[in-house]
Amino acid sequence: MRIYHFSEQPCPDAWAPEHKSLRVILPSRNCDPRVMAENYHHRLDEWMLADELGLDIMINEHHATATCCCPVAAVPLAILARQTKRARLLTLGYPIANRLDPVRVAEEFAMIDVISRGRLEMGLVRGVPYEVPLSVRSAVGQMDRFWEAHDLIIKAMTSIDGPFDWQGEHFQYRNVNVWPRVYQQPHPPVWITGRSPQNIREIAERGYVLGTFLSGFQTRELFDHYRKACADLGRPAPAPDRFSYLGIVAIAQDRKEAMRRAEVMVGYLRSSGRVAEPFGTPPGYFSVKDAARMIKARGKRTTTTRDGKAVDTHHGAIEDLVKAGIMFVGTPDDVYQQLSEFIDSIGGLGHFLMMGHAGHMTHEEAVDQITLVAKEVLPRLQKPRPATKQAA
Amino acid sequence: MDSAEGPATEKIAGANIEILRRGKGRPVLFLHPHIGLHGSERFIELLAREVQVIAPSHPGFGHSELPKGMSTVDDMSYFYLDLIESLDLRDLVVVGASFGGWIAAEIATKTHERLSRLVLIGAVGAKFGERDKSDLLDIFATPRSRWEELSFRDPSVWLRDYESLPEEELTAMARNREATALFAWNPYMYNPKLRARLHRIRVPALVLWGAHDGFAPITYGRDYCAAIPDAKFEEIAEAGHFPHMEQPEAVARRVIEFGSSRPRRRGDMR
Repeated sequence: MRIYHFSEQPCPDAWAPEHKSLRVILPSRNCDPRVMAENYHHRLDEWMLADELGLDIMINEHHATATCCCPVAAVPLAILARQTKRARLLTLGYPIANRLDPVRVAEEFAMIDVISRGRLEMGLVRGVPYEVPLSVRSAVGQMDRFWEAHDLIIKAMTSIDGPFDWQGEHFQYRNVNVWPRVYQQPHPPVWITGRSPQNIREIAERGYVLGTFLSGFQTRELFDHYRKACADLGRPAPAPDRFSYLGIVAIAQDRKEAMRRAEVMVGYLRSSGRVAEPFGTPPGYFSVKDAARMIKARGKRTTTTRDGKAVDTHHGAIEDLVKAGIMFVGTPDDVYQQLSEFIDSIGGLGHFLMMGHAGHMTHEEAVDQITLVAKEVLPRLQKPRPATKQAA
Repeated sequence: MDSAEGPATEKIAGANIEILRRGKGRPVLFLHPHIGLHGSERFIELLAREVQVIAPSHPGFGHSELPKGMSTVDDMSYFYLDLIESLDLRDLVVVGASFGGWIAAEIATKTHERLSRLVLIGAVGAKFGERDKSDLLDIFATPRSRWEELSFRDPSVWLRDYESLPEEELTAMARNREATALFAWNPYMYNPKLRARLHRIRVPALVLWGAHDGFAPITYGRDYCAAIPDAKFEEIAEAGHFPHMEQPEAVARRVIEFGSSRPRRRGDMR
């Protein structure tokens, strides 16, 4: 069991209520670079602390938004590759279907892997819908492009006997010859996020780590698609380290303070849903059937609690978000308890991706959270526990 | 042909294409805008009183199949060359509206053999303005209600109650939007090569523009017209970006007059 500390590196000062869309169209005039420099330094310090205390590190990227001010995951990854000693460095991830240059992606990954002496975890994502309006390429055929980019990146990293040409449907290259050679052989571990059964099957077939974000108790069903794909292929049941889950943790020595931190962090969920109308449903992102349904009625993103109650992911009350397995809130005992119950209910988990800083949370609070999780939650989660209920 | 009859599926260049056929006589190929054939019915019926109208749903639009590998309007224009040959259309008037006008212009830069006239209604597809600004309204960055307001003098000719639309119509709408993104996402609504090819259009052209077009400004229309050797420009009053939908009588009359104004003999080259 590993826990990865994660922050979206937000610019929360720009979350004024008059901004209807915090994504795509929010002018960067709302970003004070002096404040943002402080934010970046604090987040990097928090990741270095996580490294010292035995946690791992997760970085992501988004574009043109105040909710996640990291448009280039390679930048913090490169800094941390040099400045940390032991943590795994996960990016989840690179939106490779929106990138024009997969070979450049392979080069960035290769350098980070070598500088960190083999600590890169290579996460690839399709990306959320509102990343598409910022992309040179549309969402039509996006998954085809994703897999071709993936194939090219892996081939570029694993070809060590000189250049090759790539003449694919979406990408064409001459003399692909990536230097440096990657540190981890044959290539760094691959993680991919997935929600649809078909996509999860493709991730399972390749034996990659499945990433799921804020999917609560529906996570069991997503993991079961992976388990079923392995069974269909005649492979052994996948180990917990093939599964990862991202949730939000608000932790403190007393419950009242933890609840206060949860209120601060939930600002992330409240804000991340603020997207102007056309950007949430880019053409080609959803199937024609789903797109037709969306023309008829615009749907809210909901999740369900363990006992089946529907919860609005972006606007639900904290108590409901805890019951839904989206947030884990309370003292170290509470958080340990909530996490172990959640992990049992989804049939095991190898990697917990902890949003340990979000919204307006201060550096001191984040340091306290990271310390409590590293010292009082992780060691208990790593102890052997009674056998979890395995998937059917 | 019974005017109540819907489009039929025909095999064109190996693809199943939905084609609405109306009327008899001289052929007019109508190329619909990116929003599909909905709203163009009245215009088609008016034309069909005088001529033979062939109105396909473009590959990927409506219920027409998208052939594998087709991803540009350049590809699409070659598909239409196949269609013109396989239906053996001659002395053809090609009428294209908005996105359909882009296809029509690309066809006319590639052949004049079977064409006699070209009518562009609020056509897009070429780049005339500054490099740091789109010439055209970005429908993918504008809420639907706002682009409807900007595209029509009176949006009621197009608006529908989405909740009561049959599944088949909703599917066509979703496919139209997806296909528009496939062909016109970026560069947005144009082919960087087209402007320099417009001089190749050898047939007389009529460029019609809605006086209230909030999607493609009238200055864009005048630039388009000026790039085609034998083209004349006319404004359509009380219409936005889709004058054939808002003023079907006026536009159908202009198409018929223009199409029959100067019958061409085969091989008559200017």
